[in-house]
Amino acid sequence: MYGFIWRKLPGGTTLRLCATLVLIAVITALLWYVVFPWAEHHIPLDRVTVG
Amino acid sequence: MRAVLRTFGEVSITLGLVLLMFCAYLLWGTTAYTEQHQEMLQRELTQETTITGDGKLDSIELGRALAMIRIPRLGVDYKYAIVEGIDAEHLRQGPGHYPGTALPGEVGNFVVSGHRTTYAAPFNRIGELRPGDEVIIDAREARYTYRVTSKKIVYPTQVDVIEPVPEHPGKRPKQALLTLSTCHPEYSARQRLIVYGVLNATHERRT
Repeated sequence: MYGFIWRKLPGGTTLRLCATLVLIAVITALLWYVVFPWAEHHIPLDRVTVG
Repeated sequence: MRAVLRTFGEVSITLGLVLLMFCAYLLWGTTAYTEQHQEMLQRELTQETTITGDGKLDSIELGRALAMIRIPRLGVDYKYAIVEGIDAEHLRQGPGHYPGTALPGEVGNFVVSGHRTTYAAPFNRIGELRPGDEVIIDAREARYTYRVTSKKIVYPTQVDVIEPVPEHPGKRPKQALLTLSTCHPEYSARQRLIVYGVLNATHERRT
């Protein structure tokens, strides 16, 4: 999977490395600000009320 | 076959990392959210010393700051703005007051719920409270000091803990009582930890 992505990225090693970092940042932000808040809402981890 | 196995391994490692990140989010990401909203709610409380609207206290809107809670046993800096409402969106911002239950200082049961492990975990340590400990509610018009009377662990189905006289549905209240609730055990939604208190002193604010 990672090998496949690496081969798909354009340019030389430096450019690929930069693209990889950007990809990681984008995916992390997406998880942190969109996916995790949504998931947290659906997991009964910290229910505090009665009824 | 090797390619399939390798991909499976890579996906597994990735999912593991994502799960770790999710745990980090629950502990720190949610706390940042609460702190941000607490700042706004506390500002709301300190800036508006006068009561808006028709002047009646029972007209607090959902999502508005109701009062400040201080618990000296949990540290001199322990303070959170109580928000009106107990829906998920309210409890993310801080401890929430059950709409319809008594207001601070009022005869009846003033019920407040708060998160124990996520969203800054305001009620993380309320299990350490002992009978006699002070719970101070700083409302706009007065400071109400409650004293802890008892605590217990109930199942979420036991809704009579929020009755005007807890555990005695239908009975008419004669005292101003306080009920704090959070989840129990920690990191679980199986039971609820309940702390009861009774109003001990009222200090009106001079205007």
